[in-house]
Amino acid sequence: MTTHGLVLLGILFSSFFTGLVIFFLREDNHRLRVWLNLLGAGLKLILVAALLWGIHQGYHYQLSFDFLPGLPFSLGADANSVLFVTLSSFLWFWTTLYAVGYLEDSPHRSRFFGFFSLCVTATTGIALSANLVTFLVFYELLTVSTYPLVVHRGTPQAMRGGKIYLAYTLAGGAVLLLAVAWFHSLAGPVPFKERGVVQTLIAARPNELRVLFFLFILGIGVKAAIVPLHGWLPRAMVAPAPVSALLHAVAVVKAGAFGIMRVVYDVYGVENAAKLGLMQPLALAATVTIVYGSTLALFQDELKKRLAFSTVSQVSYIVLGVAILGPISTIGGLVHLVHQGIMKITLFFCAGNYAETVGIHRVSEMNGVGRRMPWTTAAFSVAALGMIGVPLLAGAVTKQYLKLGAEQAGAPWVGWVLAASSLLNAAYFLPILWRAWIKEPPARWPVEHHFGRWETHWMLLLPPLVTAALVVWAGIFAESSFSPLAWVKLIAAREFAP
Amino acid sequence: MTASWPIVALILAPLLAAAAAFALPRHGRQAALLANLVAAAALALLARQIVTGGLQTHDIGGWAAPLGIGLRADGFALLMLVVTMIIAAAVSLYALRYFLFSHDPEAAHRERYFWPLFLFLWSALHALFLSADIFNLYVTLELLGFAAVALVALAGGREALAAAMRYLWVSLAASLFYLMGVALVYGQCATVDLPLLATRASPVPTLWVALALMTVGLLAKAALFPMHFWLPPAHASAPAPVSALLSALVVKGPFYILLRLWFEAFPVVMTPVIAQALGALGAAAILWGSVSALLQPRLKLLVASSTVAQLGYLFLLFPMVTARPDSFLAWSGGLLFLGAHACAKTAMFLAAGNILHAAGHDRIKDLDGVTHALPISAFAFGLVGLSLAGLPPSGGFAGKWLLLSTALAQGQWWWVLVILVGGLLAAAYVMRVLTHAFARVPEPTPCEAIPPIMEWTALAMAILPGGLGLLAHAPTEWLRLGAPILLKGSGL
Repeated sequence: MTTHGLVLLGILFSSFFTGLVIFFLREDNHRLRVWLNLLGAGLKLILVAALLWGIHQGYHYQLSFDFLPGLPFSLGADANSVLFVTLSSFLWFWTTLYAVGYLEDSPHRSRFFGFFSLCVTATTGIALSANLVTFLVFYELLTVSTYPLVVHRGTPQAMRGGKIYLAYTLAGGAVLLLAVAWFHSLAGPVPFKERGVVQTLIAARPNELRVLFFLFILGIGVKAAIVPLHGWLPRAMVAPAPVSALLHAVAVVKAGAFGIMRVVYDVYGVENAAKLGLMQPLALAATVTIVYGSTLALFQDELKKRLAFSTVSQVSYIVLGVAILGPISTIGGLVHLVHQGIMKITLFFCAGNYAETVGIHRVSEMNGVGRRMPWTTAAFSVAALGMIGVPLLAGAVTKQYLKLGAEQAGAPWVGWVLAASSLLNAAYFLPILWRAWIKEPPARWPVEHHFGRWETHWMLLLPPLVTAALVVWAGIFAESSFSPLAWVKLIAAREFAP
Repeated sequence: MTASWPIVALILAPLLAAAAAFALPRHGRQAALLANLVAAAALALLARQIVTGGLQTHDIGGWAAPLGIGLRADGFALLMLVVTMIIAAAVSLYALRYFLFSHDPEAAHRERYFWPLFLFLWSALHALFLSADIFNLYVTLELLGFAAVALVALAGGREALAAAMRYLWVSLAASLFYLMGVALVYGQCATVDLPLLATRASPVPTLWVALALMTVGLLAKAALFPMHFWLPPAHASAPAPVSALLSALVVKGPFYILLRLWFEAFPVVMTPVIAQALGALGAAAILWGSVSALLQPRLKLLVASSTVAQLGYLFLLFPMVTARPDSFLAWSGGLLFLGAHACAKTAMFLAAGNILHAAGHDRIKDLDGVTHALPISAFAFGLVGLSLAGLPPSGGFAGKWLLLSTALAQGQWWWVLVILVGGLLAAAYVMRVLTHAFARVPEPTPCEAIPPIMEWTALAMAILPGGLGLLAHAPTEWLRLGAPILLKGSGL
């Protein structure tokens, strides 16, 4: 039993210790820092693989100790955790590689990679938390460790973006603290459990549970960027590209969506939540967010801002899937946790490549960039088409399941929302593709960097290609047993099993 | 009798070292080193005795109370002693280079007086935590106050002397109030021994007046809002290691006495109204102190105002413990908070001292890019900020969590709001500093190099509360040790 728990600690410490060591490396110790980064990321991947294998073998992973009287700090790996931890550690590996290439020769790299590692430690901690208090600890740690990344450039805009980010997330954290402490005083230190832990409280304290649910969603919704709590996300895009990728696809926004998933499935339980009448308001919030985010994305000329609003919209697909009662929509929502991750990270990698290689920051500057950077643009196109929901790509799988699930659950209006959103997605992505591939390139690019053989540095090019390939794979092989979808079906089966 | 020497050694070691440092001015450091070693050994032994045997007592000269003077150590005292030991050791390390480093022509002179005064203050603190009667507590309080005032004046300059004078007047007046209260208590109960008082006290007017006098005196010394006015100038203008001692330990002394008075000797006199009033003052302190920290132009003033705010949290203990005297959650939360704040404030003042020395000033708006020159101090400052803002996994979080849960469990939700808002305000004032420190500007603030030991001591003290939250279980368990009075021997 104990050795099994140690795997969980190993997953956390593989990035925690590397982070600590990296802080104290001298700035010019480039090679050692890169090796440490990749070692930590690689080790974490191996440990996650071991975890997957172990769960497949039927082992239980659990680690718990009291860190305050009556307050256990406990880690565990259930199906939900594994989904998120696999996603984040896999994408972290490629983001690390990307960040190494991206930040070459920029100052304060030890500080950057130190916090980068802490950030992913917090994310995996969120994934592996087995109760609310542990979740809260890592959730706040994530806030704290991402702030220095957001303000890394130290420019006035960066500092302002960081301040707004902190104001939103710390206020959200305070609300979450209140919710967790309050829930704790009602139910005690309960672990996360499929189908929820509030069965006994429903009859006695329904209104308190409703208020608590609102507080939970308010606290976690800040990170999940649910409208109107999304204000920080477009402003935080002043961060360097790998950080944006991390914020949008691996860590922060994902942690928010994952947290909502946890609260609905493993604290309240869908059936209990539905009994309390909590799902319609949540679905409504998600719907508003989806439409609002997509609409605003239309009007952004700055590429990263357009992507940021797109994230606002896309993450709420997950929330929507959670909020619609029924196994099929659950599958749609959960699988989007992975699908949105791989698509959005590809888009941000590509946006970073454009900025670093030819100095393009705006959509209006992207004319003909497909000829200068065909590989990057191809990856970008795959991810963008996936977002729109073109068949055989990851996004289509999500939308299909959401739509089916909604019909099955008697909420056909969701189909309309999805159609409208797809239309909007197409309206803000297709013009980009058209500009990039069809329009004539300008005589000169704003900046021009040459990186030898490839259109850009290989460390910048490889990660988006890998993740774009995944987008295709998750779409084409969705029904095989080695796909995110297969795993998500298992989770849904457990949550809805009779 | 023979087994109680650690208690005596804890008081005598720093005291004798102080005398030695005074008599042999060039050997202050050696005296401090010796005091550290002896005190650490005695504390380790005492801790073992308390863990295995519960309450430890020592009657001076073999005379038991009410005739003699009793010293005793329970788990609560142990917690305070351990915190004191950690901070005294850190301050000793830091001060090794602090005075030499400054360009002040009088540095040698200051260091000469620093060691004896510091050791004397340390001894007074130990005596305070180990005393079991209210007159003896008065004596230790006076000694503590004099040493503290002298240490503030050590900084020299008009600002520091004015602050020291003000501190002196407040301290003297407060002691007088306390002493009048002691006299009244003695007149009523014919004893000054804490455990005996608990058996003889009854809610009569004389005791009400006595307790009111003592409480006002102690609140002034503990700088609870609205009697905090003397604290920011005194703590901010003192030399950095002294600021750390004052904010971390000296103001905790009177608070410790308040807890002993109200919950050990006179629980019968305590009413919910008094408890709520003390809590309300604490809440006001949290809000007032945090907001004034947000407005301070100078770094050390900001840190000192933050002390005013953080002391407020400690007073939330009163309403919570009064509602349920055996509430282990409230006790452990409040006292964990105390320990975490003591370590955090030490680190913060040491880091602020480094920044002040390196940059030559501590105007917050002119500290742009100071991380360049002082990455470790700036990092320490940020790490401590986590604990002050109560973010996990810090000790500040652990304390805050316990207070929050208690307040929720007891339905006293108004404290919950104060605690949450206080945390956000703390984050805001810490961020105010970090925003400047981390800004990348074309010309970062010019800084001198700081001796590494000063930076590393600040960091070490920052790590302690930063990670304490995950290991907080053990220290809270100490509170149960030999503490039948405070916890009523109960479990929860």
